[in-house]
Amino acid sequence: MAESGVTDGLCNTDDIERSKTEGKELTKEEKQRLRKEKKQQKKNKEKNDEKTSHEGEKKKNKKKKEEQPAGSASQPPAQPSPKAVPAPAPPPPAAAAVPVPASEAPAPADKPAKSKADLKAERASKGKKGDVGQPAPTGKLKAPPSELQPVVKRLPEHVQVDNPEVVKKLAKKLERQQIPLRSDYGYKVSLFSHLHQYSRKAPLTQQLGIPSTVIHPAIVRLGLQYSQGIVAGSNARSVALLHAFQQVIRDYTTPPNEELSRDLVNKLKPYISFLNQCRPLSASMGNAIKYIKKEISNIPSQCKEEEAKIKLLNCIERYINEKIVLAAKAIAKYSIEKISDGDVILVYGCSSLVNHILCEAFEKKRKFRVIVVDSRPRLEGREALRRLVQKGISCTYVLISAVSYILPEVSKVFLGAHALLANGYVMSRVGTSQIALVAKAFNVPVLVCCETYKFCERVQTDSFVSNELDDPDDLIVTRKGKTQLEHWQKVPSLGLLNLVYDVTPPDFVDLVITDLGMIPCTSVPVVLRVKNVDQ
Amino acid sequence: MELQAVLMAAGGGSRMPDLTYNTPKPMLPVGNKPLMWHPLNLLERVGFEEVIVITTKEVQKMMSTDPKMKDVKMKLDVVCIQEDGDMGTADALRHIQQKIKTDVLVVSCDLITDVALHEVVDLFRAHNATLAMLMSKAHDFTETVPGQKGKKKTGEQRDFVGVDQSGKRLLFMANEADLEDGLSIRKSIMRKHPRMHIKTGLVDAHLYCLKKAVVDFLADNKSISSIRGELLPYLVRKQFSKTTNCPKSKDDADDQTQKTADGSTNSTELLICSRDEPLLQLAQERSCWNDHRGDMSEAYHGGKLRCYVHIMDQGLCYRVNTLAAYIEANRLASKLLEEPAVHPSAVISERCQMGPDSIIGAQCQVADKTSIKRSTIGNSTTVKEKVKVTNSIIMHGVTIEEGCNIHGCVICSNAVIGRGADLKYCLVGNGQQIEAEAERTNEVIVGTDQLMEI
Repeated sequence: MAESGVTDGLCNTDDIERSKTEGKELTKEEKQRLRKEKKQQKKNKEKNDEKTSHEGEKKKNKKKKEEQPAGSASQPPAQPSPKAVPAPAPPPPAAAAVPVPASEAPAPADKPAKSKADLKAERASKGKKGDVGQPAPTGKLKAPPSELQPVVKRLPEHVQVDNPEVVKKLAKKLERQQIPLRSDYGYKVSLFSHLHQYSRKAPLTQQLGIPSTVIHPAIVRLGLQYSQGIVAGSNARSVALLHAFQQVIRDYTTPPNEELSRDLVNKLKPYISFLNQCRPLSASMGNAIKYIKKEISNIPSQCKEEEAKIKLLNCIERYINEKIVLAAKAIAKYSIEKISDGDVILVYGCSSLVNHILCEAFEKKRKFRVIVVDSRPRLEGREALRRLVQKGISCTYVLISAVSYILPEVSKVFLGAHALLANGYVMSRVGTSQIALVAKAFNVPVLVCCETYKFCERVQTDSFVSNELDDPDDLIVTRKGKTQLEHWQKVPSLGLLNLVYDVTPPDFVDLVITDLGMIPCTSVPVVLRVKNVDQ
Repeated sequence: MELQAVLMAAGGGSRMPDLTYNTPKPMLPVGNKPLMWHPLNLLERVGFEEVIVITTKEVQKMMSTDPKMKDVKMKLDVVCIQEDGDMGTADALRHIQQKIKTDVLVVSCDLITDVALHEVVDLFRAHNATLAMLMSKAHDFTETVPGQKGKKKTGEQRDFVGVDQSGKRLLFMANEADLEDGLSIRKSIMRKHPRMHIKTGLVDAHLYCLKKAVVDFLADNKSISSIRGELLPYLVRKQFSKTTNCPKSKDDADDQTQKTADGSTNSTELLICSRDEPLLQLAQERSCWNDHRGDMSEAYHGGKLRCYVHIMDQGLCYRVNTLAAYIEANRLASKLLEEPAVHPSAVISERCQMGPDSIIGAQCQVADKTSIKRSTIGNSTTVKEKVKVTNSIIMHGVTIEEGCNIHGCVICSNAVIGRGADLKYCLVGNGQQIEAEAERTNEVIVGTDQLMEI
């Protein structure tokens, strides 16, 4: 390498001498070029050394096989070495970039601060299962960006509905999977025109054949239940999804010349597209699907079909038991420490976990009363109210417009979460951030209860980029026989917006109670990292 | 497989004896297609690939020869039953119990409808229902029925159907004949569903989605013979009976003792109440959805047996089991069918006036100066000159001589109408011959042997 440097330097000095003879202006540029090239050589030298040292550490990987011959080949030739080393660098990050967006579907949309190289380094490190850690990213950091392929930033399809190419791609994909495309309904408010908006009166089953052969009947039933709202709530949806997958696995037979581990995953893909069309998948469902796919692909090929099926069914049972049922018990145990006698607890909407906690606390003879805050159009608080009153807890019911009126009475706020994002933001039912804000203004502690399987690697700072639009007709109400908004579509300047989720910043949340313990909101990335290492 | 279709085509057509004397009801032409072709077409359009057809040997023979039935691309598994034996629809279902492997969709052969079938099946799927059925608002038949003297509806019994506030859950079903003193509703129903809409003007389309457990239940309970008459009211009543609302605390031991105590009926009852698996229970518990509000009970009031109904208010839905319905169905058949109104093989002369609502069958011969309006003409029919046919149904192989004037009539197969005959609102039976220059109004002209049947 030193020789190459010398030879390069010699060439450059020749050029510089030439330029010196030609004119003074060129010398500056030449000097800059010289400086740049020297820096580059230094970086390449360092990178090469690190590469050769890490090749032994890295696990067997196809990409690494490419690197090894390239890396070893880079040693002898002097001149082509700076070019040979960047050459294997682009294919591995490019190859790493491809599976990473596939596995990490909701890629961060708003991360302008990080440089391209940083992002690539992150993806490369994540793609290689975090084994390489620090040195490889720094090695790649120093690689000149001009020689690397451009980073492919892929936004998920469901936040790009106003982009006709993306919509076309989705239509093609669904056609290939033989799933009907659900068309959007009604005028969308311009700020949210990048999201899907479906009507409940036009179910996806309209376009399916009646004895559904393409999609398993259990999945069709599940999709219907999702789109009609019969199964609603993060935990319920995940449990129902896993139950449907159990039925699919039970009815599955491996076709000849196929392996269960690969074929079953391919069978599940159209089902997941179908469910996505019925109602966008939640973060918990996404994690459950990832787990199932991993379990299926980990089935050894010599395993018999019956054994494999039983194993998978047991995996699902265990997942539900651990992540949902036992987690709820653990969270209840931690939360009960935080509930003292004489407390006035405020809850919002209907969170199955918060209801469970309050019922448990009541059974453990804690004396408290609950204020249930509700909001239109779902009015889920009525269901929470029913469950709490059935147990015997004394409750008060208000609408969200009265929250600043009753907050002086409240001693604690318990909120449920749909997902916890990697930057500590809490994604929950729309209105939650409002409650948290008002509670903060009144200095009332806000506790969020969330199981770890709902932790998501996504990052969001606002509620606009990624959200869900529900049926706008839900907002129409008939009072005294009159329906004022009946013909809202005919008024050109009127749009009905029915948002489902919003994000609460971590400054408003005082504590997150998970099955791993009570952590501050900002420790979510730590939990994610620990989880990834475990898996 | 999700659903298996079963077509009940063994009915005798007891309410229109004049028409069904020679032709069994499933093969009566409606819009020049056999009656049973219409529900089969509906099933085929929706996506079914196989249908189990329960019928008689006679119909099976006719089916194999009829060219229109060959248009049906689905695989028809024909099961023959005795036509003289009093087999009810439930008995027929019990007969084919071995073939039923999954949930069933039972359709009657006399149903002509353009309903979006997914509405009924979605109720069945989404709520995990035991029964989902289709009903339609009854339309009054406006056409004059031949042979009818005086006001109609002397013997028609009304059906009382009670639905909940959403209009989907079936709470109550009874026929006027069964209610002697008055309509009584159990307190348990009123407590759970304080608001109930009771409707009387509904036509049961005889299209039912039943769970497989119901078919197994029928196999054990041989006393039930008719789906509409006995099974349906039983299921609707069972929704609110105490044994089906098995609370979660009741374990299998209790059920076992009940079984032995009450005999076989209890075990079969428990078969129907769909035992939801524990994961489904968990999902329902965690879900923040309830189908009703105002009381302290969970979704569906914890009931496992649920019956749903989809009531059509727009669109066609006819059950062709009376003469009036038959005429009406023929009138609207042209709207349902996608084929051209005039069959390509029919020979129609140019000086014939044909209205747009008319359907002409294959190999017809229509001569000059004829006028055919709002009528259906069957296959191989000959219509001679100067004939006026309005509002009539003419079946296959009929010969109409010159100068006839036929208005509002139903003329069955192979009849011959003599020249110059003037028929108004008549029903001419099979193979009858009307003499020339006859003038008949509002008569049923059938052969003497037919009269003996009663």
